[in-house]
Amino acid sequence: MTPQPLLMKPNSIKTRFAYGFLRALNSLNKNKPSSPSSPKVIFRRCRMIKLAADASMASAVGSRRAWSRAVLCKIRCQRALAMRGRIRSGGFRRRSGAGKGFGVGQTDGLRKLVPGGGAMDLCCLLDETAHYIKCLTTQVQVMRNIVDICST
Amino acid sequence: MSGRRSRSRQSGGGGGGGGAGVSRSNISDDQINDLVSKLQELLPELRHRRSDKVSATKVLQETCNYIRNLHREVDDLSERLSELLATSDSAQAAMIRSLLMQ
Repeated sequence: MTPQPLLMKPNSIKTRFAYGFLRALNSLNKNKPSSPSSPKVIFRRCRMIKLAADASMASAVGSRRAWSRAVLCKIRCQRALAMRGRIRSGGFRRRSGAGKGFGVGQTDGLRKLVPGGGAMDLCCLLDETAHYIKCLTTQVQVMRNIVDICST
Repeated sequence: MSGRRSRSRQSGGGGGGGGAGVSRSNISDDQINDLVSKLQELLPELRHRRSDKVSATKVLQETCNYIRNLHREVDDLSERLSELLATSDSAQAAMIRSLLMQ
């Protein structure tokens, strides 16, 4: 892992993610049922924590990136559908033609892994992938720090 | 640092489209190569290899693997956090609150 700076930049994506995620964890913790936790409850909470991590990362990045816009849009859709009590799996329509230099099959994997990747052209996909990877490593770093602090 | 070089090459193209980032039209092979080598620098597996020694396909494959690994790590950490929140009652909540205060 990359060495961490001693002082956190107040407005970096990392700091904003950490704050947003901790706030989400805090409210998850408040809402937890008083009954002893069954494996089912732990599993559900695990999924909610993962969703919270993704949502916090996307909102820390904001709407200037295509992948974070896709994540935020998906979360908003899921919330709206959950209110109405319906669940529908949606997705972006694929753009035809993978672009120069690559066969059609070669970018398919990336398109599935990067949020909103199905609707991007090749340059955008590569650019967004680079940013997405940076953000994912930040996410992992921060989450690991929180786990370490909480388990000592 | 091949990422830096790409800036100057792009500006030499004389495109007046405006707007930062990657322009949508006129995708050149140069641009794609620059983006691929930028990706390569982010991958721990391929970071230290020379970019002309690694094919673009290999970079894409490794990128997918790396993203999958990171997703798995997020899953594992979520699980750990959910167990931590389940096992202790107020201690962890206090810890999280104190982290928020920092």
